[in-house]
Amino acid sequence: MKARIVVTLKTGVLDPQGKAIEAALKSFGIQDISGVRQGKVFDLEVASEDREQAEATLKAACEKLLANTVVENYTVEIA
Amino acid sequence: MRAAVVVFPGSNRDGDVARALRHSGAEVVSVWHADTELPAGTDLAVVPGGFSYGDYLRCGAIAGRAAAMDAVRAHAARGGLVLGICNGFQILCESGLLPGVLMRNVNRRFICHRQFLRVERTDTRFTSAYTQGQVIDVCVAHGEGNYFADPATIDRLEGEGRVAFRYCDAEGGLTEDANRNGSLNSIAGIYSEQRNVLGMMPHPENFVDALVGGVDGKGLFDSLAA
Repeated sequence: MKARIVVTLKTGVLDPQGKAIEAALKSFGIQDISGVRQGKVFDLEVASEDREQAEATLKAACEKLLANTVVENYTVEIA
Repeated sequence: MRAAVVVFPGSNRDGDVARALRHSGAEVVSVWHADTELPAGTDLAVVPGGFSYGDYLRCGAIAGRAAAMDAVRAHAARGGLVLGICNGFQILCESGLLPGVLMRNVNRRFICHRQFLRVERTDTRFTSAYTQGQVIDVCVAHGEGNYFADPATIDRLEGEGRVAFRYCDAEGGLTEDANRNGSLNSIAGIYSEQRNVLGMMPHPENFVDALVGGVDGKGLFDSLAA
């Protein structure tokens, strides 16, 4: 089954890239945007018919590699 | 002193650190990232600087989980010495050998310049050739060197005296200007709980020969080889 993992920075963790992107948007004339935080999206497929098992696999992938839980949160969505 | 330098795809400072170690009298061998063991008799495992795996995902994330790092973790658990420099520090944090994480520099720039460091303690295997509070002149070259950890971890590091080096000015002052990457508490390097693992962003291996700019980094390798 198809799944999507979204990794975002935890609240309070400084995001210089997000700030740079926000400043760039302003410089391109796109106003009214603030609080930009950059994250990552992973689209993937899990070879499992069992939803719970797939969820456990995806969670393990996040904990093991995809997210650094010192500074990042993650969410798992199964299509 | 027998040192093993772990080489990942994208490491590029392995040759320099090996040269610095040999210059101080150590015997040096290379270990490939896929190797599952360090050579018998290894005293020191070195994780060098560079751009392992192209910095994909996060700096040090993929290297931190490579087979050779299992061997480095086992070596550290036995009390063996481990040194991580620059990308090596990022890898040690990602591998769980050291706490915290190296974030994007606060000024959003890749910084590459001479840098003064204050030696925070000299009773370790890495710093015995220095004097307490000595200001050494080395360099930094990184885009992600902004040391971050949660407040409890920072308190623990400070309380246990595990900060190895801090970014400082020429007089040893911890100014904001001297801490260009924005690291918490001006942290440039930290020790593990047993002080057998050291991770640091600056490059001592660049400064072991007067011919190429200075010798202030040599103390670290002399301490290790002593």
